[in-house]
Amino acid sequence: MWDYSEKVMDHYRNPRNVGKIDNADAIGEAGSLACGDSLKIYLKIENGIVTDAKFQTFGCGSAVASSSILTEMIIGKTVEEVKKITNKDIADQLGGLPPEKMHCSVMGYEALEDALGNYDNLTDLDELRNEKTAEKIVCTCFNVTENMIWDAIKQNGLRTVEDITNYTKAGGACGKCKGLIQDIIDTYYKKEESEAQKSTLSPAQKILKINNIIETQISPELRKDGGDITLVDIDGNKVLVKLRGKCSGCKNSHLTLKAFVESTLRETVDKNIDVIEVA
Amino acid sequence: MSLIYLDNNATTKVAPEVLEAMMPYFKEEYANPSSIYEFAKNSNHAVRDARGVIKDFINAGNEKEIIFTSCGSESANTAIQGVLNMNKNKRHIITTKVEHPCVLNLYQTLEKQGYKVDYIGVNSNGELDLAQLEEAINYDTALVSVMYANNETGVIFPIEKISEIIKSKNKETKFFVDAVQVAGKIPIDVQAAGIDLLGISGHKFHAPKGVGALYVNSKTLITPLIIGGHQERGKRAGTENVPYIVGMAKAAELASDSLKYELSEVKRLRDKLESGILKKVFNARVNTAISNRVPNTTNIGFEYIEGELILLHLSDLGICASSGSACTSGSLEPSHVLRAMNVPFTAIHGSIRWSLSRYTTEKEIDYVLDVLPGIINKITALSPYQDELENLKKLRS
Repeated sequence: MWDYSEKVMDHYRNPRNVGKIDNADAIGEAGSLACGDSLKIYLKIENGIVTDAKFQTFGCGSAVASSSILTEMIIGKTVEEVKKITNKDIADQLGGLPPEKMHCSVMGYEALEDALGNYDNLTDLDELRNEKTAEKIVCTCFNVTENMIWDAIKQNGLRTVEDITNYTKAGGACGKCKGLIQDIIDTYYKKEESEAQKSTLSPAQKILKINNIIETQISPELRKDGGDITLVDIDGNKVLVKLRGKCSGCKNSHLTLKAFVESTLRETVDKNIDVIEVA
Repeated sequence: MSLIYLDNNATTKVAPEVLEAMMPYFKEEYANPSSIYEFAKNSNHAVRDARGVIKDFINAGNEKEIIFTSCGSESANTAIQGVLNMNKNKRHIITTKVEHPCVLNLYQTLEKQGYKVDYIGVNSNGELDLAQLEEAINYDTALVSVMYANNETGVIFPIEKISEIIKSKNKETKFFVDAVQVAGKIPIDVQAAGIDLLGISGHKFHAPKGVGALYVNSKTLITPLIIGGHQERGKRAGTENVPYIVGMAKAAELASDSLKYELSEVKRLRDKLESGILKKVFNARVNTAISNRVPNTTNIGFEYIEGELILLHLSDLGICASSGSACTSGSLEPSHVLRAMNVPFTAIHGSIRWSLSRYTTEKEIDYVLDVLPGIINKITALSPYQDELENLKKLRS
């Protein structure tokens, strides 16, 4: 027994905009018969505005409701506006979906994304499809890619493997990919955390951090090759350093500075850092 | 809107006679059957009599072979773990791919504890591969565990034949039968069928939820699952649930009396529903049409549409059935039973199980046959697989 909202019930009982559009300007698909739900969406686009949208869905009540409301949400909007729609917007418009059914709203988002991708690259459809299939598949049971999981985390703030399964189906069958999904979640939040840290550093904290990284990560590496580095000064994002030992006067010192020192500091402290060598 | 309940394999309504039989044991006769005073006599005798009724219901040899439990899952857990604990030197179990989850999940847990479990497959009609079963039994096999009939398809397994195979290969191997889906639908004779342990659940035959029974024949030793007092001869501790035990016994009596009706009238209505749907809906297929099924069950797949949506539309008209689709359970994967049968994926997600009872009327079946084609048409019109549907229509017309 699902606790469907009144709106969900209204839309699966009386789905809007059912069918096909002949000569559609964009067609998007998501899901598959084997997986238990699939959606095809047809768009008519004139002067950058979606003038008509229709859908065909094989799926449960919430899948039909998600498709139906999506067509209502996009008709009359510009392509640019439509591109900003996320699965969360679809679920919100429906007055929410049960957690286990969030993947239905994701399917709507994916079909829309597919349609607009096709629309933008109308001349190069094959290439686009190749690109899509070349994406790394995480869940082989439901053909869920790493990018789809990443998007779902980003759009909905998901935190657990169970959340990912509810939103994307990944991990919902054999469960073999659950470890991989956990890794993706960990990577996402580690990245987010480090980005958050970077942006909130005070000038003094920044100086300390740069100094610390030079001492613990950069200098030991250079010393292995008989060289070394000292921090001379920090001015905003400009980091002034002095190369010593074998490094000083080395033909490749510029490469060392940019490819190693600068990139390490950009990765760990701030992506706008410039490393400058002083004599 | 009246209710049309065609989900009797999920649970059944409590028969009015059952409720009536239970009432005194809530109101006046509340004594603990173990107590010594005269006041406890009626409740004590009620449990004793109920044990006799259940003994007759499955034709056990002795009342002592009946243990009252709280549900089918408890019966199965007690039987399986009880036998394994008594045979610690044996580490092999055989079961089927289509068992109820309450049993399957237990076996998966036992595998993690080091048991080797063989899962016997079925053919596309849902019938067990007996050759595979025979081959799997060896000196180390502690237990063979087979359901009497499948809850989703209604297919009855050849229990007597399986028992013969087991005994011919290894006389020490015990045979547990999960009979939850047949009790009250077909006659059970544990002695003739050569069953060592058998579990039933009251709420599948018009007793309330919360009571079941386990038959353990006198030659089979088990350890209790629930340890405590001396109740059920030390095989299941806990004060007897007197009103529910009385209710299940009453339900067993009523079911015994109506077995003939099940096998003739309920079966006739089931067949009418089945053939009616096939005639009226071009994208319908019976997932298994063999005659050896419990008389109340049919499982029908609607191709290129999804089951939950069918159920939601039926529900709007007061009709209750259930689905093997992934979406209804939230499990994401469709029924393990239909997958084991290799039901094509075009139909597996749109499979609906209809299960009747002796309370189902002809009028109700007629009503379903009346409204179902409209619902299916409405949902079929949403499907992205219109070309495939068109081909199917040509093929079947």
